[in-house]
Amino acid sequence: MAKTLYDKLFDSHVVAEENGTALIYIDRHLVHEVTSPQAFEGLRLAGRKPWRVSSIVATADHNTPTNGWDKGLAGIADPVSRLQIETLTDNIKEFGAKAYFPFMDKNQGIVHVVGPEQGATLPGMTVVCGDSHTSTHGAFGALAHGIGTSEVEHVMATQCLVQKRSKTMQVLVEGKLGNGVTAKDVALAIIGKTGTAGGNGYAIEFAGSAIRGLSMEGRMTLCNMAIEAGARAGIIAVDDKTIDYIKGRPFAPKAEQWDAAVAYWRTLVSDIDATFDTVVTLKAEDIQPQVTWGTSPEMVVNIDGKVPSLDQAKNEVQRADWERAYAYMGLTANTPINQISIDKVFIGSCTNSRIEDLRAAAAVAKGKHIAPNVKLALVVPGSGLVKAQAELEGLDKIFIAAGFEWRDPGCSMCLAMNADKLLPGERCASTSNRNFEGRQGQGGRTHLVSPEMAAAAAVAGHFVDVRTFN
Amino acid sequence: MQAFTQLNGLVAPLDRANVDTDAIIPKQFLKSIKRSGFGVNAFDEWRYLDHGEPGMDNSKRKINPDFVLNQARYQGASVLLTRENFGCGSSREHAPWALEDFGFKVIIASSYADIFYNNCFKNGMLPIVLNATAVDNLFNQVEASVGYKLNVDLAAQTVTTPNGEVYAFEVDAVRKHNLLHGLDDIGLTMQLQDKIKVFEQKHQAAQPWLFN
Ligand code: SF4
Repeated sequence: MAKTLYDKLFDSHVVAEENGTALIYIDRHLVHEVTSPQAFEGLRLAGRKPWRVSSIVATADHNTPTNGWDKGLAGIADPVSRLQIETLTDNIKEFGAKAYFPFMDKNQGIVHVVGPEQGATLPGMTVVCGDSHTSTHGAFGALAHGIGTSEVEHVMATQCLVQKRSKTMQVLVEGKLGNGVTAKDVALAIIGKTGTAGGNGYAIEFAGSAIRGLSMEGRMTLCNMAIEAGARAGIIAVDDKTIDYIKGRPFAPKAEQWDAAVAYWRTLVSDIDATFDTVVTLKAEDIQPQVTWGTSPEMVVNIDGKVPSLDQAKNEVQRADWERAYAYMGLTANTPINQISIDKVFIGSCTNSRIEDLRAAAAVAKGKHIAPNVKLALVVPGSGLVKAQAELEGLDKIFIAAGFEWRDPGCSMCLAMNADKLLPGERCASTSNRNFEGRQGQGGRTHLVSPEMAAAAAVAGHFVDVRTFN
Repeated sequence: MQAFTQLNGLVAPLDRANVDTDAIIPKQFLKSIKRSGFGVNAFDEWRYLDHGEPGMDNSKRKINPDFVLNQARYQGASVLLTRENFGCGSSREHAPWALEDFGFKVIIASSYADIFYNNCFKNGMLPIVLNATAVDNLFNQVEASVGYKLNVDLAAQTVTTPNGEVYAFEVDAVRKHNLLHGLDDIGLTMQLQDKIKVFEQKHQAAQPWLFN
């Protein structure tokens, strides 16, 4: 029978299955400091050991500061954050890992940037992490999803996860994206269409010529945002780009293993006549640069659009949601998006902090300067390796000359667990993935955009259409 | 894990859709390396008027009187009634930990985000899905009568109102069994360790690069 890619990945990992609930084998377990301490503690209390240490790749990212690295651990002002980072180090020392990139290691970074760049994420794998944006790794034709801390402990102890099969959704984007329209805009446009709950219960496969046209970085951005559409996993079929990206990375298979692996990876596509439970289609040409206006990623419009008015809401619940969002965001209905001015800019996060994102933002900022009303424009590379590559290309100099701050890698102001935060009422153009109330700091107002759009907003001081901006 | 069988509990209505886990437990509290003690900071940004940080004496903080869970009539609630897509966003299990620690054992909504839904069961909590009309109806009733309680019976898969209306709900058979008996997932999976080993050997033979 014809199978979807999701079914192939799921089926090839079933250890046992009963009444629709399966025990699936986990190939790669990514670990970070926030969702692991209670799991390690659970193992300790039960006297258990990790089933397969070589599956574990760990790094510290959520709490790590993005400046003051010269002071080392002592530079982490918040003792609670420091303890969490030290606890991860202690736990890895006690339980082991294939690789650990501690705070300030040259390979340290956001777990979803580090996995792929090390070749620790491979096609055909099941990948889990105690973090919802694990969906990112689906860009490699892997079945990857976020899990809770109890499940982190479960995977450590048994190398397996109890899972029910998801329904399958195909999101088909055909055509060619316009200039200045990025994977981030595709992701936001999809969420604008399906809603943040549209993907609940589904694994989404992104397909179509526009998706094949994306780079691996772009595909990661897209799969990263699958969770914001409600889907636990987003996947994209393997093609030459996938294989070229992996080749030569530290943990990628070598020599004759490489050929065998590639031969298998080539099968990781949905069969031509496979059917999906739901299909959503978008035309690439219709997608414009997107800007969120509210407190959920689905509250999104085109750059030339306006904050919607209540009569456009589809029901009572949405009307109530929008009213709250106007108040929180300090916006009124029908305000043109390009008249919204900003206080801060954040370029970073597991959605948009890879080298390609930084190149795109730098190209917009080059030779210009951030607007006087922009108090802070942060560029936070996704990993130490991204940072090094960007510096090799001179991107740091472009940003600094344009008035941006060039920081050390980590999650930073994506969730503001470290010192990088918005103050109450501050408005931010952010390349991250969540615009929830308080996400970037209590009372902070987040607008999600692509790196190009964030850089353009930094220079203009308000949102502008990057396609006509120079 | 604690078992859940049956409960007759006071209901608190949180009339919002798309409540995300950042709202349920803000990130600054995720720095804890413990599993308990999150209840005092559940819904922190809505519940208090000042900004909360770990280690604060919460009894000295300014309460937001407008937030529903602060109202006297809902103190001691063990059933949370809310709207669609509850628990969306971050996978943090601190969200169900916080709700449980706050005192909730049952959540009723028309839908949940997947990871949150799953996390509830791992912590002895029962997330119930009722259709939007039923949820509307319960909101009307709970707001209309102080001390409103619902009877939740997991074995029978029913929610019963004080005037005897019965709403049936669906729950996956395995999850139901584990919750009714308070079974620990890891212990259950460990019973299959021979199968896991057999699978692992086959898997390694076919894709040795996964085991480098
Ligand atoms: S960058 Fe943001 S979304 Fe990504 S893992 Fe870090 S905190 Fe989570």
